[in-house]
Amino acid sequence: MMLSRKNKERMFFWLFRGCAAAVVAFLTIIIMFVIVNGAGTITWDFLTQNPMPNDTGALVSGGILSPIIGTLMLMGLVLAIAIPIGVFGAVFLVEYCGSYKWSRYMWMTVNNLAGVPSIVWALLGVGVFVYYLAFGLSLISAAITLSLMILPIVMVSTKEALEAIPSSIYDASIGLGATKWQTILHHILPYSASGIITGIILSLSRAGGETAPLLLTGVALNATIPLSIFDQFQALPYYIYMMTSASDRANAYPMAYGAALVLIILMMIMNLAAATLRSRYREKYKW
Amino acid sequence: MDTKIYKRENRARRYAEGGITGILGACGILSVLILALVFIFLITNSIPFFQSVGLVNFFTGTQWDPFASEAMWGVLPLLTGTILVSFVGAIIAIPIGLGCTIYLSELADSKVKKILKPAIEILAGVPSVIYGLFAALVLSNWIMEIFDPSYRLNALNGAIILAIMMIPIQVSVSEEAMNAVPRNLREASYAMGATRWETIKSVIIPAALPGIIASIALAIGRAVGETMAVLMATGNASQFSFDILTSVRTMTAALAIDVPEAAIGSLQYQGLFAVGLLLFIITFVINLIADMVLSKYQETYK
Amino acid sequence: MKNISGDQISKIQVKDLNLWFDTKHVLKDVSIEIYEKEITAIIGPSGCGKSTFLRCLNRMNDLIPSTKIEGEILLDGKNILENDIDPVDLRKDVGMVFQKPNPFPKSIYENIVFAPKIHGIEEIKKDPKTGKEKIVRRKPTKEELDQIVEKCLKRAALWNEVKDRLNKSAYDLSGGQQQRLCIARTMSIEPEVILFDEPCSALDPIATAKIEDLLVDLRKDYTVVIVTHNMQQAARVADRTAFFYMGDLVEYGPTKRLFEKPEKELTEQYLTGRMG
Repeated sequence: MMLSRKNKERMFFWLFRGCAAAVVAFLTIIIMFVIVNGAGTITWDFLTQNPMPNDTGALVSGGILSPIIGTLMLMGLVLAIAIPIGVFGAVFLVEYCGSYKWSRYMWMTVNNLAGVPSIVWALLGVGVFVYYLAFGLSLISAAITLSLMILPIVMVSTKEALEAIPSSIYDASIGLGATKWQTILHHILPYSASGIITGIILSLSRAGGETAPLLLTGVALNATIPLSIFDQFQALPYYIYMMTSASDRANAYPMAYGAALVLIILMMIMNLAAATLRSRYREKYKW
Repeated sequence: MDTKIYKRENRARRYAEGGITGILGACGILSVLILALVFIFLITNSIPFFQSVGLVNFFTGTQWDPFASEAMWGVLPLLTGTILVSFVGAIIAIPIGLGCTIYLSELADSKVKKILKPAIEILAGVPSVIYGLFAALVLSNWIMEIFDPSYRLNALNGAIILAIMMIPIQVSVSEEAMNAVPRNLREASYAMGATRWETIKSVIIPAALPGIIASIALAIGRAVGETMAVLMATGNASQFSFDILTSVRTMTAALAIDVPEAAIGSLQYQGLFAVGLLLFIITFVINLIADMVLSKYQETYK
Repeated sequence: MKNISGDQISKIQVKDLNLWFDTKHVLKDVSIEIYEKEITAIIGPSGCGKSTFLRCLNRMNDLIPSTKIEGEILLDGKNILENDIDPVDLRKDVGMVFQKPNPFPKSIYENIVFAPKIHGIEEIKKDPKTGKEKIVRRKPTKEELDQIVEKCLKRAALWNEVKDRLNKSAYDLSGGQQQRLCIARTMSIEPEVILFDEPCSALDPIATAKIEDLLVDLRKDYTVVIVTHNMQQAARVADRTAFFYMGDLVEYGPTKRLFEKPEKELTEQYLTGRMG
């Protein structure tokens, strides 16, 4: 059957609409399943109790306090480790080395490392922090591993925020007799701040949702809230994983859905904050 | 005529400036060093393994069982597991992603865009463990009902969930590429009487093709490196098979399962580093290709 | 164009200036003398090195890597290309206004007080013990900053238009107002020389006329060097004009003479529009 040009166009366009609708449907279905199955689990006790063993000794009752605290502690440590190094490192590479040819290749490498699988970072974490530096299976080993993993992401997003500032602003400040650092401190950083912070939030949410590196570096189902950075710990994504693969399905699955809902809400809040910041930034600085 | 002195006070400031440059430089160098460390570390740890087991055994063996009394070191089942799930995933994701991209960049009005774009961003931001949960508890049941496979958790399950995870990456990168196609190219096409679809098909897509290819490469790179979703979805039976309805173990899953069991410095430990090195090289090459295609493309339309 | 005793005072002397970007020879043996409290215009076709020359005068080219520079630029007799000169200090005496208005994305007020805040205010203080005088720098007070803002904006003929909205974003101003704000901002560092790099190329004729009036007025207090691609503009405002072509200084002299009786054929061709 020959279709007319108009009908052909109409057919394809409906196909594309279908694809877009499918993508929205995927998101809706996944989130709906988590909400429908998880909402019933979420009670005050669920949020304020540690995981507890049931009659058979399986850790499928109680709540998810220690996983929540563990994930927040991880994100806090990553914030303290990766963000300063990543942000300042990127500022240096963009503002002080940006004009050199090698910096282009360096950024290509950094960009590429942002795509290295998290499990490979986990291997590095096991080898260097758990064994070589003898931090053992611990919160700090996991936090440093996650920090390394998001370092390239932080650097790339910082770079993009810095490069969004037109060079005329830089010229204006230098032309007034400001030094390079004064220019960076008074102009470049303030104007790029919301872009940089957006990147930081997204990186942190990435770190908080990551599971694979934790498996190898110190997460444990029976761990409680860590008292020192050298203790083992619990984490929300890991808890979800363990509940999903637990043998006591009837008890474990509701816990998995409940924890998943909490994790999704946490991530949504962070993503929303980042999106708000970005749109406010776009309104404020129209170069 | 008095000569001006431009040096007053500037020694202290020069020291301060130097100090700040030093601190920033240290961060810069540190970040680069750390990244170089990964590769070196993987290599040095897997060299002893290749010396004792041999490259041939590693790449041609069809069984992976490092903890058996007679250990098997064939990486093929893991490699085929990874390839099976990521490529079937890509086959599902690419057409949907492409359709969605075209809709987003060429057809959608700004109101729809305001909903669709954040939805895609959220889809990219959902932790992989949530996808794993969905695949293990929901999707696997649907596949059971439709295909009735012998394994409840199987490669198809992993492939579908990976496809859903790949789409947002593909869409966001290729949409940028299509938006970068200059307006005058479109106008030239319309001016010659082409319809919108003809313009998209024969002007915009060819112009944005490098960006689209790069977006697909990046998405495949992500799928190859994904751990949690496949770990939870595919059942992890290490077998050398191309059957989409059977259970497979990917390289990433093997690392997640076996590394905690391996004693430090043991042959198993080194063997797993070899798997890690292989995984690193595969993803690095895929990303590098994407990066080079993309940066060349960005230069064209600057 | 004479000082009180009737002599022309040389402010900047450029001797045999050569400049390369990588291997590209951008300025070739340029020698020129710029006089105090005059407007010197630099004209020439695009790519002739006129902006590059201007940016040598406050060493803005330092920011571009792989730049090689030879020769001398004497400002009040002191060679500013020497290594021991701090370009940051130099730029406080040689201000610059750029091609496109580039206010900071801050309030009008903040734009002007940025430089005084980072540089501080100089005061001569007597040491109570030794009785020696020395220069001390301190933070400016709020009143001093207010005074600076008013003075600079008045000098740039912008005060009446913006005095009621000093805390509004500089981006709310029109293009011409933004450029005058940039001129006011440059005055806040109390320079002796102000460099203008095609300051009107992004502006409409009315805004351009205002800037030109301002330029003529500035001549009372400052030595002005302006790069322009607009020959009429040079003819209207400049005391002297220099014509650059392909990195060479072709001709330099009093504007009237240069426009009416150019000595070089190249200059005449450019002025009559047969080239460029």
